[in-house]
Amino acid sequence: MKRFTRDQMAARVARDMPNGAYVNLGIGLPTMVANHLPKDREIILHTENGLLGMGPAPEAGAEDADLINAGKQPVTTLPGASFFHHADSFAMMRGGHLDFCVLGAFQVSVTGDLANWHTGAPDAIPAVGGAMDLAIGAKRVYVMMEHLTKKGESKIVAHCSYPLTGVGCVNRIFTDLAVLDVTPDGLKVLERAPELSFEELQRLTGVPLIDAAVAVAA
Amino acid sequence: MINKVVASAAAAVADIADGATVMIGGFGTAGMPSELIDALIARGPKDLTIVNNNAGNGDTGLAALLKARQVKKIICSFPRQVDSWVFDGLYKAGDIELELVPQGNLAERIRAAGAGIGAFYTPTGYGTPLAEGKETRRIDGRDYVLEYPIHADFALIKALRGDRWGNLVYRKTARNFGPIMATAAKCAIAQVREIVNLGDLDPEAVATPGIFVQRVVEVPAAAKLMATPGAAA
Repeated sequence: MKRFTRDQMAARVARDMPNGAYVNLGIGLPTMVANHLPKDREIILHTENGLLGMGPAPEAGAEDADLINAGKQPVTTLPGASFFHHADSFAMMRGGHLDFCVLGAFQVSVTGDLANWHTGAPDAIPAVGGAMDLAIGAKRVYVMMEHLTKKGESKIVAHCSYPLTGVGCVNRIFTDLAVLDVTPDGLKVLERAPELSFEELQRLTGVPLIDAAVAVAA
Repeated sequence: MINKVVASAAAAVADIADGATVMIGGFGTAGMPSELIDALIARGPKDLTIVNNNAGNGDTGLAALLKARQVKKIICSFPRQVDSWVFDGLYKAGDIELELVPQGNLAERIRAAGAGIGAFYTPTGYGTPLAEGKETRRIDGRDYVLEYPIHADFALIKALRGDRWGNLVYRKTARNFGPIMATAAKCAIAQVREIVNLGDLDPEAVATPGIFVQRVVEVPAAAKLMATPGAAA
């Protein structure tokens, strides 16, 4: 089975971002979206520790310990950037000013519930950061994740078994097998990986899907 | 003449007593007031409640305060990081209490304290384990959780420049929690890289007006190593 590569997934998410969008990219896979943003669009990246207009990582040797992203990695500013304190930064999300956020996930339910902060393991040290604020705050919440766990179980589920990050908050899911919209009618498949039939995707996913897709050419 | 300038970090924290609630600015090590924390360690009050986004990195700053066993409870959003071994050890041994708060709720609870708000309804966390047992309310079709402000006895923050009235400007993303923590504490203590003459700060650029700051101490910049990148926010 051919799967979308991580770069293909990131490029696909980036294609959805219109000119002028304010976007927060989560840690991990979503960070790769920044490398694929169309050059002919002005898309403004937000990092919740207090920067709009975030640029790429600096050259080696030019790192500034006071200029970091939410993953605490060194970044740069682009012309037009602004700094602000944490309450303002989260007002940008909660207040509905941020157009998109892209998050990783452990599980997403058919109704758009998101679980991405805690496995629920009793010995795990819990840490939530801005995940819950992003999940309910951005106008559109996108999830990027692998479709299946290492054991082959679907990460798209009827009900999340992991502790929730947000209820009914996910709008669109990008996996290595498909692009799916969370709709009031159920999960609508917009695109499938090359050579993957709807029936096979349905079998692997295990929750009811609606076919609205054409397979993407290899 | 108003003069909030204090001669040393030690003098600035000299009245922080056992059992105090202390907000500490910074996101990871950006904006962390390390020299004020070192002075707090040297002074040695116990049973502190600390408010910070994280729970310390490596063995210095906030991590060193935890290691000195001066902290009874930490209120934060993201304790677990690749270099949070001091907190991890204390937590697993049951030697520190953790109140985990979503980052935006943490910021807003601090802001609310500084703004005199009694409580507020926030959509963040609704339907999740972090809202269990909390009052909820549906307003205009959306579900909210009632959250209360976090007040502090002291705030230790770091800024770039300050003056004798306590006006502050910050540097880049090191601003993070500084401005809101200054408002939420009875006594806000700012370490600044440079104290400038009154009037030298552009009033248009002052991020924290001096009314929110009680003490300013100058700590010139040392050569700083880049922080080890953490796992997440």
